[in-house]
Amino acid sequence: MADLLANWLGFLPPEAIGALIDLLAVLAVTVVVILCVAYATYMERKVIGFMQLRQGPNRVGFRGLLQPFADVLKLLVKEIVIPGRANRWLFLTAPVLSLVPALAAWAVVPLFPGFAVADLNAGLLYLLAMTSLGIYGIILAGWASNSKYALLGAMRSAAQMVAYEIAMGFALVGVLMAAGSLNLGVIVEKQAGGVANWFILPLLPLFLVYFISGVAETNRAPFDVAEGESEIVAGFHVEYGGATFAMFFLAEYANMILIATLTAVLFLGGWESPFAGLVGRQWAVVGILAAPGLFWLAAKTFLFLFVFLWLRATFPRYRYDQIMRLGWKVFIPVTLVWIGVEAVMSVLQVGPFK
Amino acid sequence: MNDSRSRPGAGDRIRAVFRTFALWELLRGLRVTLKNFFRRKVTLQYPEEKAPQSPRFRGLHALRRYANGEERCIACKLCEAVCPALAITIESEVHEDGTRRASRYDIDLFKCVYCGFCEEACPVDAVVETRIHEYHMENRGENILTKERLLEIGDQYEEQIAADRGADASYR
Repeated sequence: MADLLANWLGFLPPEAIGALIDLLAVLAVTVVVILCVAYATYMERKVIGFMQLRQGPNRVGFRGLLQPFADVLKLLVKEIVIPGRANRWLFLTAPVLSLVPALAAWAVVPLFPGFAVADLNAGLLYLLAMTSLGIYGIILAGWASNSKYALLGAMRSAAQMVAYEIAMGFALVGVLMAAGSLNLGVIVEKQAGGVANWFILPLLPLFLVYFISGVAETNRAPFDVAEGESEIVAGFHVEYGGATFAMFFLAEYANMILIATLTAVLFLGGWESPFAGLVGRQWAVVGILAAPGLFWLAAKTFLFLFVFLWLRATFPRYRYDQIMRLGWKVFIPVTLVWIGVEAVMSVLQVGPFK
Repeated sequence: MNDSRSRPGAGDRIRAVFRTFALWELLRGLRVTLKNFFRRKVTLQYPEEKAPQSPRFRGLHALRRYANGEERCIACKLCEAVCPALAITIESEVHEDGTRRASRYDIDLFKCVYCGFCEEACPVDAVVETRIHEYHMENRGENILTKERLLEIGDQYEEQIAADRGADASYR
């Protein structure tokens, strides 16, 4: 595609063509992510419905497949109410601040062999930075709303995200030590060659901690005290409606898909095929199964997304002090111990960490 | 000396720690929801599918007539008396043939609790509750079913009403 563009736009300087290609990549990834978000909401309603012996949305379009578009349309035409004595500027900035990092984080995610919008060498650091920035949107939303519930929700959410960020960061340190690189593409390549080489096996505790922290980080059930409707209505976004609410919604689901994708990238070998070691690439028909590609990443992401929804359909909400206990007193020690074990093993050159 | 019930032994505690870290209880919970995920769904697609109705269903009211077209109601006011919600208002007059008839028979649907006592009290099976349950009002005042309206409903659904009374006759 790059060659094609270069031919068409030959009159432009090469830098401009490069920028154009980057822009197109960014647009493509953003649009795909937003579409995925739309269908993640559909999937959520279907999965939770099925688990509750209901059918979920099935009225708009074939089996309800157009439901997300109906929802979006409804949200977009609704009035945006700005509460009295709210900080107008911050109130309208907050949703943007929570959405932008959620989408920007996708820049470094390696989607298929040799492709990430930005192939950063410090990809993992960039991800940590971006996922942390999302907190600002939430805090500002809670503060600017001039509402008790929003403020309480924002404070809970901020405290929770700070607590779990540490466990998450430590889990990432484990991955970093195993892969020896901060570049996500390299991390995936280090896991090439079948299931046995995936980091999920040697780093199983870190994998669990990372995924559960991810659930807490995105404020999803059972860690959704930030919007505990029985106590504080809807948390930080009570006062938001219409398009502004849609942005928070988009950010939440984009983050959810991001965590699912990252879990797949960091622990399940990203775009690597699970059959890579078992089936030869040159074999007839089944050889396709061994080929790495976007399909495998999508399949793994889908699996983790399903687990997100499965957790939500299963568990009651954690009490606030239980959340804090789990984050500070369980996850951080577990990750620290495992990082220690990993460090000792890699220094002594034993086990999988050579 | 066996007080392992009151104080957990070391073995129990180790097992408990192991189970906690294996997320044992959580996995059991997840198994329940996953099983339900694959079970048949119980949703009734309402406007297209409907739940079965008993012949004793108590919906919208109606006043019936005899086969010759004569109103059954004799304005005895037993239904008015038995109505726990005071939803029925009856005024009577002497008809030109010397019989007593209702000149006014109003049921206020906002007051009615659909208990069916009026139907039970009626000595001539005049007031009945039909199977109709999908109705609405658009203007103030439409909640009052007048005698004309009740007779109209009765005429329209007489076949169904008679069949339902027949099906339930041996229990009445």
